[in-house]
Amino acid sequence: MESVGLDLLVEELRDTFESGKTRDFSWRKAQLKSLLKLLEEKEEDIFMALYKDLGKHHCEVFRDEVGVLIKSVNYALDNLKTWMAAKKVYVPLAAIPSSAEMVPEPLGVVLLFSSWNFPIGLSLEPIIGAISAGNAVVLKPSEIAPASSEFLAKNIPLYLDNKAVKVIQGGKRVGEQLLELKWDKIFFTGSNRVARTIMSAAAKHLTPVALELGGKCPAIIDSLSGSRDRKVAIDRVVGGKWGPCCGQACIGIDYLLVEEKFAPVVIELLKATIKRFYTKREYISKIVNMQHFQRLSNLLKDPAVAESIVCGGSIDSETLFIEPTILVNPPLDSDIMTEEIFGPLLPIITLKKIDDCIRFLRGRPKPLAIYAFTNNEKFRKRLIEETSSGCIAFNDAVIQYACDTIAFGGVGQSGFGQYHGKFSFELFSHSKPVLRRSFLTEFSFRYPPWNERKLKFMRLLYRFDYFGLVLLILGLKR
Amino acid sequence: MAEDAGFDCERAAEMVEELRSGFRTGRTAEYEWRVAQLKGLVKMIDEREDEIVSALHKDLNKPHLESFLQEISLVRASCLLALKELKRWMKPEKVPAPVAAFPASAYIVSEPLGVVLVISAWNYPFLLSLEPVIGAIAAGNAVVLKPSEIAPAMSSLFANILPKYVDNSSIRVVEGGVAETTAILEQKWDKILYTGNSKVGRIVMTAAAKHLTPVVLELGGKSPVVVDSSSDLQVTAKRIAVGKWGCNNGQACIAPDYIITTKSHAPLLIDAVKIALEKFYGKDPKESKDLSRIVNSNHFKRLIRLLDEDKVSDKVVYGGQRDEKRLFIAPTILLDTPLDSLVMKEEIFGPLLPIITVDKIEESFNIINSGTKPLAAYIFTKDKKLEEKFIKNISAGGLLVNDTTLQVASPHLPFGGVGESGMGAYHGKFSFDTFSHKKGVLSRSLGSEAPARYPPYTPQKLKLLRGLLNGSILAIISVLIGWPRLE
Repeated sequence: MESVGLDLLVEELRDTFESGKTRDFSWRKAQLKSLLKLLEEKEEDIFMALYKDLGKHHCEVFRDEVGVLIKSVNYALDNLKTWMAAKKVYVPLAAIPSSAEMVPEPLGVVLLFSSWNFPIGLSLEPIIGAISAGNAVVLKPSEIAPASSEFLAKNIPLYLDNKAVKVIQGGKRVGEQLLELKWDKIFFTGSNRVARTIMSAAAKHLTPVALELGGKCPAIIDSLSGSRDRKVAIDRVVGGKWGPCCGQACIGIDYLLVEEKFAPVVIELLKATIKRFYTKREYISKIVNMQHFQRLSNLLKDPAVAESIVCGGSIDSETLFIEPTILVNPPLDSDIMTEEIFGPLLPIITLKKIDDCIRFLRGRPKPLAIYAFTNNEKFRKRLIEETSSGCIAFNDAVIQYACDTIAFGGVGQSGFGQYHGKFSFELFSHSKPVLRRSFLTEFSFRYPPWNERKLKFMRLLYRFDYFGLVLLILGLKR
Repeated sequence: MAEDAGFDCERAAEMVEELRSGFRTGRTAEYEWRVAQLKGLVKMIDEREDEIVSALHKDLNKPHLESFLQEISLVRASCLLALKELKRWMKPEKVPAPVAAFPASAYIVSEPLGVVLVISAWNYPFLLSLEPVIGAIAAGNAVVLKPSEIAPAMSSLFANILPKYVDNSSIRVVEGGVAETTAILEQKWDKILYTGNSKVGRIVMTAAAKHLTPVVLELGGKSPVVVDSSSDLQVTAKRIAVGKWGCNNGQACIAPDYIITTKSHAPLLIDAVKIALEKFYGKDPKESKDLSRIVNSNHFKRLIRLLDEDKVSDKVVYGGQRDEKRLFIAPTILLDTPLDSLVMKEEIFGPLLPIITVDKIEESFNIINSGTKPLAAYIFTKDKKLEEKFIKNISAGGLLVNDTTLQVASPHLPFGGVGESGMGAYHGKFSFDTFSHKKGVLSRSLGSEAPARYPPYTPQKLKLLRGLLNGSILAIISVLIGWPRLE
């Protein structure tokens, strides 16, 4: 698309926003309801697009994308009125004529970049937030998931207000053209490398950004006793590694940290669970494209890494399939242990004592999530206090994505800006403080000419407390 | 010990590495450490007030009362508020258990970001340095403060006295100009809070982008004042005058920049403001001790350029006198300067007050909205409908009805901009929040399971998943009893 065309498109969105239409509660509600309709009526089409792009099974699509979106839209519909309402703020003034409130307002026209691994989920989840907050939106889906991108380009105009929400397809060039324009906010999900480019471009216009990046999310497995606990834990580990898009997920488990005594138990259980779950090839997604397939294969080419494989390892470039692969203690300086894997390879790093994981994690870039399977309260407390990550989850993995009450987002190298639930609404709003005063109360001490007497008087009063002084100046204390 | 000139990238990197190692020991995260630093700041203010006032007077000719009221006592109050509330701020916040993860418990924990950078401005060099530093410390971070070199007496005072009252191993002052600031900006910080102008704001954000460092930018803009004829004339005039010339002589990011009022009301307002000005500063304001001077000759020349522009110079209805040697420009009122004149396009940041007249007061909204979003917008009116329209249609960092500049004094309102006036906010608890990472903590038990999550996938599992994600009671029960059972 020509950049001239893009200019006009964005101008149209700005006109729509200026008209005030997107601020109306009824408009926002109608858009959200339409989105729900889209998810319900076009479910089959979504399943097909994701099967085409990633070989995802429709249960996985529902569990990770469609189902979560339906929940999110309903949550937004239930809470929209509350979120939009002005909130009174406590103002510490004893008497009358002064009141304060926080009035949320939309930012204007926002730009969303989504990623290829959850192409529908990561496109619509921020749209829910942007629309709830009353903005006009441009969505640029990832070209690496072309069927999903096409689905969005075709169906969003059928369900949402075309003058306020637009989908623009394309690759790097289109992304660059979009970044030259002025936006009121940019929301990006993707890699650190691209994030730097986006933030630099945004800086030219002083556009605030939210960056949802990745990192190496570790799962710490404590020595669990009891076969039921172990089974449930390992089910969740397998589900958290190969379940979401075959390991190609920012919050997917990247590697395990296990005590060396417990490692054999873990490995056996993992092997058994993989066998139990993946009875058919169709239950696991494929690698998205040849470029990533080769990247992952190359990780295994390092001889020291290849040596550490204890399970799996077979690859098929024609079907872009890589078998669930487990490695034990590949070298810590190998690529597989320094880069985000984003694939079905699971290194297990063994430690003498499980507590050593804290030292292991210190000094490493902060990931989007840390998972710990443990019932030891002391250990949990140490992990919360001595590690840092976007979020931390105990006895499960990935499921925090479906939660509306805790904010979803990174810290440090895993990004900044949080969303989901009311955090999405806030991310795309400006919370405007409004302070009201009356004309009635006045106090001369506030005004020049200033003299020693006024200063002395104020100092005397100030020794009691500052807010007394403010009262004084605002004329509410004599 | 503060860093001296000759502070380059290498020294900057060393300093950051030291601070980071110190942060990793966990010292700054401890409640006792944070309290000790805040108490240290209060002690510094109590023991060194005279030196602080003197530095402000040297840099800006700031009147004693302004220094006391608008800088020193605000900072002291912020320290006391943080000391009082810190335990509460630091407590984890329990949140409702998310339905989709039933059964689970969840809460949000505030943790420090790490090593943060505060770059402050010259016009309120004490306040704009310490207010963010208070937040950074309260949130448990190590912090580097880079005061503005355009207020050198204050910068040097910080370098000398701050290390005597706070833990110098985790709180540092770096003095210097462009070279030193550039060296600092090359480093990796966990957050940067910058107060200043939008040109440098862009530079800060671009530098931050290389390290994916989140930023708070407190910038400026043209804060407009809409004055309706229903407003109380005398009180309005005084509050505008003290907000303009009583705040560092107009050199404040939230000072009223220009006024919009109706053609019929303008003469009355101008007279009332003149009366207020004479009351405040006497017949010869050059002799008044209650006016800050223009900070330096660069800014003096900039303001004169605004004043002497052709289409503007004949619009002066009060004031206009200037004395370059004393960096003095008289409180000046201009009437109906053209909207495309420099004084109406740039942020004034000085003692010039243009008054623009319109036929109907609602036209003021279009004028304001044709510019970029300012840090503050003010309206003086008794007309509730007009007030509501103003609040609805005007976007700015913050709005104030029937007064000016006071929003800064409330620790319960976030202080920050939107659009060109900046991003992010602070003050009070918002300072603590802005320098914290709000980490979600989700706890599940290994007791109950939903096999519907896992392959092999079946139509029944899909049905259950639908129910589960929608919070249906049956689905939840099935989770509790673990149906369908694993083979």
